[in-house]
Amino acid sequence: MTVINATTIDQVVSALREYPQARLVQGGTDVMVEVNLNRARVHDVISLRRVNELRRWHVDEESGTVRIGAGVPYAEMERAPLCLHVPALGEAARTVGAPQIRATGSLGGNLGTCSPAGDGLPVLSALDAVVHLRSADDARDVVVHDFMLGVKQNAKRADEVIVAITVPLLVGFQGYAKVGMRNAMVISAASACLVHDADNGNVRLAFGAVAPTIVRARAAEAWLAERVSLRNSLTLDGAIAREFGQLAAKECAPIDDHRSTADYRRHAVAVLAERLLLRAAEQQGRDE
Amino acid sequence: MSNEFYQLSVNGVAHEVRDAWAGESLLYVLRERLGLPGTKGACEQGECGSCTVLMDGEAVCACLVMAATAVEAEITTVEGLSSDGEPTDVQQAFVDAGGVQCGFCTPGLVVAVHHLLERTANPSELQIKEAISGNICRCTGYGRIFAAVKQARDNRLAM
Amino acid sequence: MATTTATSRATLGTSAVRPDGMPKVQGRFAFASDVWADNMLWGATLRSPHPHARIRSIDVSGALAINGVSVVITADDVPGQLTYGLITSDQPVFARDVVRYAGEPVAAVAADHPETARRALDAIRVDYEVLSPLLDAEQAIDGSFAAIHPDGNVIRNQRVIRGDQSFVGDVIVEGSYELGMQDQAFLGLEAALALPDEDGAGVELFVATQWLHEDQKQIAACLDMPLERVRITLGGVGGAFGGREDISLQVHCCLLALVTRRPIKMQYGREESFFGHIHRHPARIVMRHHADRDGTLRRVEARAVFDGGAYASTSSAVLINAVTHMQGPYRCDIATVDGYVVRTNNPPCGAMRGFGVVQACFAHESQMDKLAVACGLSPVDIRLKNAMRTGDRLITGQIVESVAPVERCIRETAALPMPAPLLDEPDALELPGGSGLTARRSNIRRGVGWGVSIKNLMYSEGFDDYATARCRLADGVVTLQFATAEVGQGFVVLAQQIARTVLGIDTVLLEPISTAIGSAGSTSASRQTWMSGGAVDGACRLVREQLFAHVGATHDVDPLRLAIDATEVIDTMGTLRVAVADAARGLVLDETFEHHHRATEELDENGQGNCHVAFAFVAHRAVVDVDPDLGLVKVVQIATAQDVGRVLNPLAALGQVEGGIAQGLGLAVMEEIVLVNGKMRNPSFTDYLLPTALDAPEVVVTMIEEPEPQAPLGAKGIGEPPCISVTPAIVAAIRDATGKALTRVPVRPQDIVFGD
Repeated sequence: MTVINATTIDQVVSALREYPQARLVQGGTDVMVEVNLNRARVHDVISLRRVNELRRWHVDEESGTVRIGAGVPYAEMERAPLCLHVPALGEAARTVGAPQIRATGSLGGNLGTCSPAGDGLPVLSALDAVVHLRSADDARDVVVHDFMLGVKQNAKRADEVIVAITVPLLVGFQGYAKVGMRNAMVISAASACLVHDADNGNVRLAFGAVAPTIVRARAAEAWLAERVSLRNSLTLDGAIAREFGQLAAKECAPIDDHRSTADYRRHAVAVLAERLLLRAAEQQGRDE
Repeated sequence: MSNEFYQLSVNGVAHEVRDAWAGESLLYVLRERLGLPGTKGACEQGECGSCTVLMDGEAVCACLVMAATAVEAEITTVEGLSSDGEPTDVQQAFVDAGGVQCGFCTPGLVVAVHHLLERTANPSELQIKEAISGNICRCTGYGRIFAAVKQARDNRLAM
Repeated sequence: MATTTATSRATLGTSAVRPDGMPKVQGRFAFASDVWADNMLWGATLRSPHPHARIRSIDVSGALAINGVSVVITADDVPGQLTYGLITSDQPVFARDVVRYAGEPVAAVAADHPETARRALDAIRVDYEVLSPLLDAEQAIDGSFAAIHPDGNVIRNQRVIRGDQSFVGDVIVEGSYELGMQDQAFLGLEAALALPDEDGAGVELFVATQWLHEDQKQIAACLDMPLERVRITLGGVGGAFGGREDISLQVHCCLLALVTRRPIKMQYGREESFFGHIHRHPARIVMRHHADRDGTLRRVEARAVFDGGAYASTSSAVLINAVTHMQGPYRCDIATVDGYVVRTNNPPCGAMRGFGVVQACFAHESQMDKLAVACGLSPVDIRLKNAMRTGDRLITGQIVESVAPVERCIRETAALPMPAPLLDEPDALELPGGSGLTARRSNIRRGVGWGVSIKNLMYSEGFDDYATARCRLADGVVTLQFATAEVGQGFVVLAQQIARTVLGIDTVLLEPISTAIGSAGSTSASRQTWMSGGAVDGACRLVREQLFAHVGATHDVDPLRLAIDATEVIDTMGTLRVAVADAARGLVLDETFEHHHRATEELDENGQGNCHVAFAFVAHRAVVDVDPDLGLVKVVQIATAQDVGRVLNPLAALGQVEGGIAQGLGLAVMEEIVLVNGKMRNPSFTDYLLPTALDAPEVVVTMIEEPEPQAPLGAKGIGEPPCISVTPAIVAAIRDATGKALTRVPVRPQDIVFGD
């Protein structure tokens, strides 16, 4: 077992070529659990901890996007100014594990592990984020929906590293809600992210922990767009929100496990979607 | 770039780690190789906070840091919070306020509270609770721990 | 462990600072996992993945071939008794032919590094013939499943029959209640260091345990050694709560040390800890209460079934506690109780804080609320109406001689302030769901609920669980010695307070806690303040008698006239006043004292008899906020008045009360070991959830101080009562907020959302 402490992305991708079995480790909060619990025999490790390029983020006003380095810790997403640009990501970040986990955990790790309970992932899905990958040979961009393939399966090749994620700067409400069995430091039993893109007139909704991978509730989104004007303003009544939530829940495929039951998860996402939509309408009301 | 041996800087002292298995966590290396057993382990997966240390000023779980990747970071453990053997204000407050029972969670909590008070001079009750929500205590029910943090906070503000 | 010292005038009744506090906050305190020795090896345990299987063969050659592996041991290497156990010796050191639960030890290895040891475990080949497991407790009772152990599938059946068995009340309420399996989840994982004697005929063990002498007895039997060749010193203990009363790694660790002739360190990880110690019994209790129309409780009928898992541990005593406390802290003349604790292929269960009474209390308090509704009374009034008093009889016929301020506990709890109402725009962290931002303020409903309990103190049924302590006064310094396991509760500071109070000397040293002195019994059953406190008090008083004899002779005063006033010896009928330090100069006084509580009896076949020593009482009022649509709960406040006899250290007492409440909260709303086909699904802190700082409620406390005449210091044990009736109080509050029946704990979100 060899540990390579890279300092640049170039070093990372050339090390990946040299050690094709190597695991990439950013914060260590997933990989070290596997090592500590003897779940995986890790052979070689390329540490991204000291690759400063991965820890930067910036706003591109021209394209109206934020590019977030794959190693930016959740703790930074929770705080201003980043949480002001992407509020749903800030809310999701605040629910990730313990504060100590948020100090090192990152979107790169969330995407690399690709657990359906990853707290950042529903946000990336609802925002139609783009994942930027690099290898020694090439660089490519993959839309997050095409990146997440299944439980702990993603589209990253073994020779690639996730370098950044780009999400749009949007006008309109965005929020994240997560059900867990205690009031802090808990794995999601079900989660939801709702984004109102007021300029483009749509509402986007994604769920976590209710299917093998993140679910986009596209049928419910379309249903809502037919009934409610979503461009600029957002006005609706409680009945619409309730039906929206119930429709969206039908797009999930939850399971029974030791954290919850399929029935509860289906119910919970309906409630979360309804409440998020009501929050969106209320915020719109306040902003006007 | 490999790990036949590596250096760690802990509490201001450079340590050489030789012939270690690369899968060792920072927690293991601190406790079993560097003679610093003050940092405790109780879950191996970042769900209890007992192993909290400061790494470049951030409070992290030492059990989830691969020690060989912690090179060129400045690590502070509970043993290094004060240099003269005298208790810090936070440590004194934990003793005085009854925040210690079995004491196994205590070193991690003390480090987490130092981190909090250095970032936030006057944390509210809820900020205190959120800041230590990753540190599980099974004995106290947290009541005397909150009292200790508030005592340390108020003492600093009064200075 | 270094001798700890403290010098201060912190006598009984003050919030004396614990002597281990400063080392603990500075990371200098040596827990069992912190001790090490030169040349030591790491031990590790191989465990069965199956709940029930026959072992056809074990091939250790692959493990032995690994560089760095010293030895692999199995049942064949146990020199003495092949089994251990607290009450019955029915649990194998290593499974030999059959494994009876998933997680049962099969072999152990010693290697030069923990990772080497782990690889060695992976390389051991065990050929199992998987058998169908007994998982349903009712099947253990009805005899439909073949015995899974030579001792049979019923560990104990005990009835409690009293009064007119044909009585039918004007008002009858009934219910069926269920409790999941709770874990002690002490933070400091099981750990030990064993040092073999040079001659190989003895061993020294540093271990985190609750009862050194019981460990010594069981280890010596398994090692086939005389008791004195097994010397145990307490390693620092990171919490216990009942989970360290049984043997876990002790025999394995000693055996590896003796076989390798090298020091062995063993330390469980969190996952292994879930397999390595016993848990709180899951239980199902069906109850029927009969009352007069005015709410007077007349008859309790109950059938209780406790799942003891694969081995007996303390199951039979847990069951006795449950069936003898089934009526709760209420007068009731007629009882028809039948209790079973059975063997299954689930993980073994035994002692956890509250010990059988937790289960009974959840059932009887749920019933009292039903009775209140049926009789048109409030939850408080039904409990006041039936509150037990000193002199009342239990359903076992035993007269409650203890101070029994049940009514005061209820009234003083009711008098504590209610929490502030929820703000119109509260911080999300104050709402159910917390930072998950699931809640809308308008959906939140508040509820209030009650729970009251009675708990026996010390051991029962004829067991003489004495405690020993030694006091030595020399050169104006007191040194105390005892084998009382300090597990975090603070006996070390209490012992110093006692000595300062009795002897008027401020400097009190503590010897290491070890088997070098006689037994102190277990740190459990809320017993050490009473038992070891009584022993320390007794030893100090013996020393004081000698001191007074000396002062009397020197000053020509009748020693009976002498007393301690702060730090001086005074003549209560004269003017003599001499500092203790001066009076004791040149003296070496050394006394050992054993404290025994009064004798108890076994129960007869109808569950009648004076089986318990004494009782303590407590009331809890819970206020919760519930999000009914998502089934999420935030416990807002717990108010409690507890019958403590006398407060000896206010800060330590408050810490016990707050800590117990958090554990009862855990059982109410989140803590459960989930078993599927006998296998644990959540043996980790990711999925076995403990309350965090953001789950902790506001706690408001009144200590009811009515000194207990039987107790050496007037103080009752305070460790267990806080965690008992808080659970039903919280569930009652959730019922109040939602109207749901909620007959099972922990209450899960789906129970609130989908329940009746």
